[in-house]
Parts: sequence; structure tokens; C-alpha cells
Amino acid sequence: MKILVCMKQVPQKDAPLKLNESGTWIREDVSYEVNEPDAYALEEALRQREKHKGEVVVITSGPARAQQVLREALAKGADRAIHLEDEKFVGLDAFNTAKAIAAAIKDEPFDLIFTGLQSDDYGYAQTGVILAELLGWPHATIIMQIEKTDAGIRVKRELEAGYFQFVDMPLPAVLTIQSGINKLRYATLIGIKQAKNKPLRKVTLAEVGGAIGNNLQKIERLYVPQKTKKTEYIEGPAGEVAKKLVDKLRNELRVL
Amino acid sequence: MPETILVVVEQREGKLNRVSWETIAAGQAIAGATGWPLEAAVVGTNAPSISPEVAGKKLAKVYAIESRKLDAYTPDAFAAGLKQFLATKQPKLVLMPHTYQVRDFVPKLATAMGRSVVSDCIGFKHESGKLLFTRQMFQGKLAADVSFAGDAPWFVTFQNGAFRADKAEAGASAAAVETVKVEIAEGVVRNQPQEVFKEAKQAVDLTQAEIIVAVGRGIKEQKNILIAKQLADALGGDLAASRPICDSGWLPMDRQIGSSGQTVAPKLYLALGISGAIQHIVGMKGSRAIVAVNKDSEAPIFEIADYAVVGNLFDIVPPLIEEVKKAKAGDSHG
Ligand SMILES: Cc1cc2nc3c(=O)[nH]c(=O)nc-3n(C[C@H](O)[C@H](O)[C@H](O)COP(=O)(O)OP(=O)(O)OC[C@H]3O[C@@H](n4cnc5c(N)ncnc54)[C@H](O)[C@@H]3O)c2cc1C
Ligand SMILES: Nc1ncnc2c1ncn2[C@@H]1O[C@H](COP(=O)(O)O)[C@@H](O)[C@H]1O
Repeated sequence: MKILVCMKQVPQKDAPLKLNESGTWIREDVSYEVNEPDAYALEEALRQREKHKGEVVVITSGPARAQQVLREALAKGADRAIHLEDEKFVGLDAFNTAKAIAAAIKDEPFDLIFTGLQSDDYGYAQTGVILAELLGWPHATIIMQIEKTDAGIRVKRELEAGYFQFVDMPLPAVLTIQSGINKLRYATLIGIKQAKNKPLRKVTLAEVGGAIGNNLQKIERLYVPQKTKKTEYIEGPAGEVAKKLVDKLRNELRVL
Repeated sequence: MPETILVVVEQREGKLNRVSWETIAAGQAIAGATGWPLEAAVVGTNAPSISPEVAGKKLAKVYAIESRKLDAYTPDAFAAGLKQFLATKQPKLVLMPHTYQVRDFVPKLATAMGRSVVSDCIGFKHESGKLLFTRQMFQGKLAADVSFAGDAPWFVTFQNGAFRADKAEAGASAAAVETVKVEIAEGVVRNQPQEVFKEAKQAVDLTQAEIIVAVGRGIKEQKNILIAKQLADALGGDLAASRPICDSGWLPMDRQIGSSGQTVAPKLYLALGISGAIQHIVGMKGSRAIVAVNKDSEAPIFEIADYAVVGNLFDIVPPLIEEVKKAKAGDSHG
């Protein structure tokens, strides 16, 4: 099986975020990491390759810094990487990101494309599904298990409130992967060494620019959400905080 | 043709998903601000039996969209069926709840029409004639006001809880229901969905718990769960967790709180090292009181906390256990 994994670099979970001067995006001087479900998507692709042979290709669209995501994926065992490299890729909506990815892989016959189920920064929860539609492929979302069958694949979709559903579908297909589908591996020292010699193809904005149109949605402003609830902050040294909290639990909440 | 707003409600096996009322409430609010008429659509074979319930709300019209191919949910059938309907109706705005089912097909539907979806919104603004939709970004740390730059129909999905279901106004008289048959050709539907099921019976039922101590990734290591357990024991409460803790196998799945876990409403929900992602919050925001301990003063959990402790949980929890024990011991000694 030939599998493409879409991986995105996003600000680290507990990175403090600051707004840029125009209040439309964050300042870029934060630490970044791999979007969490994308790491699970990569792991799943590696496991499928171990079972069924084939190739795992990783792709990201983002500025130079995003190459780190590809390097890590190659170190974990991906065979090669594609980097749509340009600052401008950051500001694309999901429709255009999917179009750019589709254009970059148009000559490659993949059996499966994995994306994460959503990104931690934009949180569109759309890119994978849009990509499937652009390619004319079937898709399934929020996937927690993948088995190869004679006719294609059988996947397990997570539904709300603890429910699941198996779905049989033909290949090629796009799947959006949920965190927790597997256990992540670490890169080994040998893997990190080998990664340096693995192919990494760069794709410029100019090469896929023809496929991209204007964004169909626009962030007018970005801001720190206003609090709607009255929150009481309990401050002081730990011992004192503990005493005050217990007092609240007992006298205000009456749970003690 | 006037600009209209269309709410596509969600049903499962003939029952309306409650969150649909929230989307109708959202639609009514937008209709109030813009003056655009509001209509609703029910999709699937059960549409005729559900439509009257929907038609009781203050709506200009209800469409029951039918095809045998819509019997079982598939993204192919739903996108194809709705595309046909929308192509003739041409509403300005199409609103849906941001459920797992909607996020499975709405990006496909919009893409097939060359349109875009502003997803997972928590509100809207109508500023000098312009509609803006507010959505959370960066896991709830920031919010964005987003406008549409392309042609209608504009697709918007609303987050669970963004509007109140009980705010959906009833109509003076029932709205007219029109049945619309859509044709979905052989071969369009490629996926074969099997029955929906629940994993082996849950051993733990947290829905009745009065006190819950919940741990998130801030607990750092599996062995540290012990201090949360000690706190839960001291309080006489139950232990629960955010998803990553259960994904790592540090606690069993049946202790997970949130959209893919249990929904709880205890008297006290004590969140330790949980950031407060919306998928967690939907499972616990009904708690009578929420106490959050987090070292990041900007963690979104503080937006819904009644009592907030900005600090390291490993500093706070041990003395808290002692104080709780002391308070309880005080009781037994009279
Ligand atoms: C479709 C879907 C369904 C989902 N379903 C669920 C669900 O049902 N339940 C669920 O919980 N999540 C669910 N999630 C995941 C959710 O989006 C979040 O990723 C998850 O809730 C984050 O868990 P967390 O808060 O424990 O971890 P993080 O977001 O990593 O937060 C850890 C927090 O701990 C704090 N911290 C770190 N160290 C300390 C310390 N020493 N003392 C105090 N605080 C500290 C940090 O400041 C941070 O705020 C779902 C996601 C998706 C997309
Ligand atoms: N810039 C990008 N580069 C590579 N993959 C991406 C990019 N943006 C989104 N994706 C993929 O699409 C998924 C869903 O993202 P989103 O639609 O933004 O929530 C992510 O988990 C990634 O797998």
C-alpha cells in the first residue's frame, strides 16, 4: 500500500500566544510541534506498511520551519517527504490547503491518504474531507481502526458518546485519524541518521499557485475570548490555597 | 428571490438530535438580526415523521428531503442529496450543528458546490450589514471573527452548546412542510456502513457521581495519577480524566469525560491539569461547581471555572489532600 500522510506543524500546546500588530494572526515567535492526531496518522501508516508492504510518504504545507515535522517523520520511518514551502501557505483556508496538497501529488497513485481529524491551530476539521472530494475519492472520518479487506478496507469510525461504527469502503480513500488509534513510537538514533539521506521534495507556491484560488473565508480579527463566567481566583502559597479551597468546598459549595 | 437561512437539522433513527434545537435558535437569532426568512430541512427516510415536530418552531417552512439512499447515513448520499436540494433553493446561509455526522459530510458538500464552511462557531455578529461568525482557534485560547469572501450559499456549523435549545421559539402556527424527493444515482454511495454499536459495557458510571476529580495531561506521568486518586478518596469522590490520559492507557476509557466519553454533572468537578478543550468541556460544563488547577493562567478551562487556582498541581494537591482529611476528621470528632 502506498500511503500519504498529511502532517501540520502547529504551536506547542502550552506555548503562550501573542497577537500580531494587526490582530489577525499570532506572532510567529513561539515553539512548534506536530499536530497531535497527525502523529497518530503517521504511526498508523507505518504500521500498515509493516503489515502490507508499500511506501509511506509525508507531506506538509508551511514555511521553512515546518520541515522539522517532515524530518521527525522520516526519522520515525517514513520513506520520503514533500514540503510545500512558503510563508503564504500558512494563511490558506482549508479549501485552498487541500487544493495545494492535491496539486502537489497529482502524479502519484496513492492507495490511502491519512490526515489528522483536525488541526490544533485552525481547527477547521475539514482539510481531509475536502481533499477527498477534490480527488473524487470516498472518505471516512474520526478513524480508530483500519483493516485491509479483499474489496478495500474496513474502518472503525468513532461516533459521539462512546459509540462506534464499522464502515466498508473501496480504495483509494481518504481517512481522517483520531488521536489514540495506536501507540506512538519514538524515533531511534539510527532512524534519525537515516532520515538525513531520505528524499525530500520541495514544492514552491508557484508550482501549485494555479490550483489555488482566493480564500473563501477571512479572519477579520483574532482576540482573547471574553470571560462570561465570574471566576474567583484563589491565590497565595500552596498551603494557604489548600485551606481556602477547603473552606469554599465546605461553606460555599457544601460538598464536604 | 429573497435571501433565506436554512437550518439542516439532524436526526438519528427517527429521533431528532437535541442539538438541532440549538441550531434553530441560532437561525432565529440570525433571522432576527438580518430580517432574512428562516427555513429548515430534515434529511432522510424518517423526514416526514420528524418534520411536524420541527414545523412547530417559528420557521417560514420545513422541507422533508427524501430518498431511499438516505436511509442509512453516508457522506456520499447526504452530500449528493443536499447538493441537489440546495442547487434549486439557493439559500444565503446554511446552518448545521457541528456534530460528528455533519463534520463528516459538510466539507464534502460545500466543496462539491465550490463553497466553504466556517466550522464549529460559537456565535455570530451582524456589524453594519456584514455577518461575522465567531469561532475558537488554538484550542480555545483565541477566538476569531470570520467573514465569508465567496459566493452563497455560505455554510456555517455551530458548536454544541453555543446556543440554548430552550431559546428556540415556537411558531404561532405550524410551518408548512414540503416533501422533496431527491435522486441519488446507483454508484454514488461508495461506503457501506455497518450497525452503530457501543464497546463492551461500561464498568464505571460517572453520571451519578457527586464529586469528580479529573486529571489531564498536566499530571505528566502515569504514576502521578495516584495523588489525584488520593484526593478523590479523601473527598469521597470518583476519578475521571481527559482523553489523552485514557488514550495513553493510564486510566480506562470509561473514565473519560467529554464528547467521546461520558457527560457528567456532579456537585463538584475538580479539574487538575486539564486545558479545557471544547470536546472536554461539553462533557462537564453542566457541573454545579467547577474548580480548576492549571499552571497556565490563560488555559481555557478558567473561562468556565467557578474557582481558579493558577499554579502547579503538584504543589497544590498534597496540602489539599491534608486539608480535606483534616476537615473530615474534624467532623467525626464532632
Ligand atoms: C473529535 C474529538 C473528540 C474528542 N473527545 C474528547 C473527549 O471526549 N474528552 C476529552 O477530554 N478530550 C477529547 N478530545 C481531545 C481534546 O480536544 C483535547 O485534546 C484534550 O481534552 C486535551 O486534554 P488535556 O487538557 O488533558 O491536555 P492538554 O490540552 O495538553 O492540557 C494540559 C494542561 O495541563 C496544564 N499543566 C501542565 N502541567 C501542569 C502542572 N504541573 N500543574 C498544573 N497544570 C499543568 C497545562 O497548562 C495545560 O493547560 C477530542 C478531540 C476531538 C477532535
Ligand atoms: N498545512 C498543512 N499541511 C499538511 N497537512 C495539513 C495542513 N493543514 C491541515 N492539514 C491536515 O489536515 C488535518 C485537518 O486540519 P484542519 O482541517 O485544519 O482541522 C490536519 O490534521 C492535517 O493532517
